[in-house]
Amino acid sequence: MRRLPTAGAAACLALGLWQAVIWIASPPPFILPSPARVAGAAWSSRALLAEHAGITLVEVLLGLALGILVGALVAVALAQSARAASLVMPLVVLTQAVPVFALAPILTLWFGYGILAKVLMAALIIFFPVLSAFHDGLTRLPPGLTDLVRIMNATPARTMLHLRIPHALPSFAVGVKMAFVYAPIGAVIGEWVGSSRGLGYLMLLANGRAKTDLMFACLIVLAVLTVTLYRVAGAAIDRLVWKD
Amino acid sequence: MSAPPAITVSGHHALSGQALFAPVSLRFGAGQWTCILGPSGIGKTTLLRTVAGLDCAGTFVGRVTPSDGRPIDGRASFMAQSDLLLPWLSILENAVLGARLRGQAPDLDRARRLLARIGLGAHLSARPSALSGGMRQRAALARTLLEDRPVVFLDEPFSALDAATRADMQTLAAEHLAQKTVVLVTHDPAEAIRLGHQVILLTQEGARIWPVPEARTPRDAYAPDSVAAQAGLMALLQGRA
Repeated sequence: MRRLPTAGAAACLALGLWQAVIWIASPPPFILPSPARVAGAAWSSRALLAEHAGITLVEVLLGLALGILVGALVAVALAQSARAASLVMPLVVLTQAVPVFALAPILTLWFGYGILAKVLMAALIIFFPVLSAFHDGLTRLPPGLTDLVRIMNATPARTMLHLRIPHALPSFAVGVKMAFVYAPIGAVIGEWVGSSRGLGYLMLLANGRAKTDLMFACLIVLAVLTVTLYRVAGAAIDRLVWKD
Repeated sequence: MSAPPAITVSGHHALSGQALFAPVSLRFGAGQWTCILGPSGIGKTTLLRTVAGLDCAGTFVGRVTPSDGRPIDGRASFMAQSDLLLPWLSILENAVLGARLRGQAPDLDRARRLLARIGLGAHLSARPSALSGGMRQRAALARTLLEDRPVVFLDEPFSALDAATRADMQTLAAEHLAQKTVVLVTHDPAEAIRLGHQVILLTQEGARIWPVPEARTPRDAYAPDSVAAQAGLMALLQGRA
């Protein structure tokens, strides 16, 4: 909460710069609408914005749940065996080498124009940061703890449950926080490629009709959504994960 | 608990083609404390880790033989300079970590009694980060004791503590680990003379047994014969003898 005043100050600064550009360059409203105009468009289209933001939010949350779950499970599975990891990790990296933009049409082709393709898109984009951060933590047990495991004759399953996983939670938390920032990107790209609902769709629609003020309103709603998700999730995670 | 075995070690350790210490032939007495002392870099810790079956750089050429012919693996516990407490567990949970990791039911009553006896009774549910270095090392000692294993390896466990706390910890450990086969690596002649039934000085030329005073351990570090033994050891460590 202490960060709130600084965040407010940053927002005011951005608004001030924006307004200054309007005053100095006075671009036509369809190129760059003024903050007041965007606010007006947002207010008059509030029901529309809320409806589409709700759709995007659902896609993002479902994508997060799926991506984090799969990323965490794969990380634990790969941490059990170094050989499996060296076999599978390059494949995982390969999936990340393909730009999501290129995958979006294929996912839409396979899974249709509904919510599923967007959820998969979001999950796909966050799967890797979660997997790699968690896997890193799981496989980097400090040498002293490895000694304890050895001398105590710990079983591999118990070591995973009581030592590796709790030890890796701070790394996992880093991956999850990144996921909260990336997931909306995946969902919006999915909506751009093909949909009839969601903030990405509304942006395209507004763009097509030269309603630049509504487009800006969509962007701001998306930004507020992402920042809020990130802050809430970050605070919850910091509360849950142990600190030394 | 089975009777603690004696352990004989013979051989040498090679690190990238170079001998770490000269060939040694040592015997760690059954139910006794053996303190290994030597200049830093001579391979004291490497020797301890080799006997304990822990990973270490280089290769040990030789044999480690327990007197009863059964493997040491599964019969040893270990305590290091760093307390290795898990920051997400309470002191009580840390103390019973061994049982947890083996999938056995931890004996919480015994753990509580032991922690109370070594002065941590009021901190059972505290996290390690809330405790001082000395208290954390007590908790590590409790974890080692609760393993209740006949062989105990101690790798400079008291060296990061202040003088008074160190003396307390030495007394506690000597009391609770009497009758076990203990191998203690230390860089402190006073600690070796205070605690060892046998003191081994490890040098480039090999191992040398240093005579210890008659008194029972933990000895009075300021008794005349203790001081004399320490002075002799110190002279050797500094290369003056």
